[in-house]
Amino acid sequence: MSSAFWQFQTISFFNKTHSERWFLMDFAVISTVLSALTEGFMQTLKLFFITLLGALPLGLIISFGSMNRFAPLRYLCKTLVWIIRGTPLMLQLIIIFYIPGYLFEGGNPWPSGESGRFLAACTAFILNYACYFSEIYRGGIEGVPVGQQEAGQVLGLTKSQVFFKITLLQMIKRILPPISNEVITLVKDTSIARIISMQELIWAGYSFLKGSHGYSGLIWPLFFTGVYYLLFSGLLTILFGKLEKKLSYFK
Amino acid sequence: MSILTVKDIYKNFGRNEILKGISFDMQAGEVLSILGSSGSGKTTLLRCLNFLEKADAGQVYVDDALIFDAKTDKKMTARELRSKQLNFGLVFQNFNLFPQYTAMENVCLAPQLLARENPEYKTHHKEMIEKIREDAASLLERVGLSDKKDFYPSQLSGGQQQRVSIARALALAPKVLFFDEPTSALDPELTGEILNVIRSLAEKDMTMVIVTHEIEFAKNVSDTILFMDKGVVAEQGPAVELIENPKNERTRAFLQSFKR
Repeated sequence: MSSAFWQFQTISFFNKTHSERWFLMDFAVISTVLSALTEGFMQTLKLFFITLLGALPLGLIISFGSMNRFAPLRYLCKTLVWIIRGTPLMLQLIIIFYIPGYLFEGGNPWPSGESGRFLAACTAFILNYACYFSEIYRGGIEGVPVGQQEAGQVLGLTKSQVFFKITLLQMIKRILPPISNEVITLVKDTSIARIISMQELIWAGYSFLKGSHGYSGLIWPLFFTGVYYLLFSGLLTILFGKLEKKLSYFK
Repeated sequence: MSILTVKDIYKNFGRNEILKGISFDMQAGEVLSILGSSGSGKTTLLRCLNFLEKADAGQVYVDDALIFDAKTDKKMTARELRSKQLNFGLVFQNFNLFPQYTAMENVCLAPQLLARENPEYKTHHKEMIEKIREDAASLLERVGLSDKKDFYPSQLSGGQQQRVSIARALALAPKVLFFDEPTSALDPELTGEILNVIRSLAEKDMTMVIVTHEIEFAKNVSDTILFMDKGVVAEQGPAVELIENPKNERTRAFLQSFKR
């Protein structure tokens, strides 16, 4: 059978016999699916990296806030962390995407289309992950013996020199395992952005079931998205392993 | 002229009065040992003098110039605090070396960061850093560790780590060097190497304040001994005399407990 035949078929996965289901994969289908999935994966990657870029530093700021001597700031940060960690990311995403539309007279302030969905997703993911990171940072900073800061202080180092020259690297070494855990979770959490129809990897896979690119009823592209997640998280695991090894020169 | 004068230092933590008016003064090149049982306030005194704790009352003078007054210095700026801190060096009981730096880097870190504030740093930083490294190398040689300068703290024994930390404190050329029980975290065999380093510093007329439990050492190396009890100076006097002929009842009881 020619591939052209399949191109114009809109067939349901469910009313095929077992052997016919496997024939739904031929080269033209595969290349169409792969390019669509890769496009979705690019959107996933973009969300992943922008979330890290925003949440890693924002988490540090929140952790400083939750360790601050000024009580109102400390409670504000702790409340934020409590709310964000206490509710599902999916719900936060929905609220951040839809609520502004109710609040502003002129309608939804998010840009229209995919760019608006992407921006809303970035906002929700950065806020969510920053709160988790902040708690990891706090543990890491508090885990560095206080004697280290005191030694820096009696040697005349400023507070910021103590942090950047003494505490920071020891903290990074301590937090690397829990951070790598969170980062790998983030790879898969990006799929939650589908709830506001952001066109990430799962969305791309699912589109072949609903009908897209001239196909519908194809379920294997959805299964195949797993390969992307697996390969990418595998790569990250290797990377974090290398980082941990690099910092193993001191105790 | 006194190099260090401490007047009426008071410190409490909540209702717990730790220091109840400590005063002493020291001449340049003098070695003062502070003895006393646990909880007598020795470590708190050292921490107050090094600004790790803020004394509630009292004054500290260096070269007869007031550098700290609890009344007015409750709110020092960070910059003021640092310039005052640099009069003193402190060697900790548990070393507190920076684990991510080699012995050499531990000694060089503070002088290098300080040099950056020098206006000549921009034009002469190569020479300045070269000089800091040379000085650090000679300090490490002085404490007998020139062959260990590229080792990380975790690769060194406790005694070696403590010697690095002494070199690190010396690198900033403090006017007075404080030791907070420098041998208490060490095996008896390693204690000797630290005491030898301190002895050699005393011979070079380094002004030092040593909190210690090594009675014999204190007697041999120090000029003066100060015996603290429950936050006050119970007795103070020339080292040999105080150990051999204690006048205060508490001092006698304390020294007696070591002879048993």
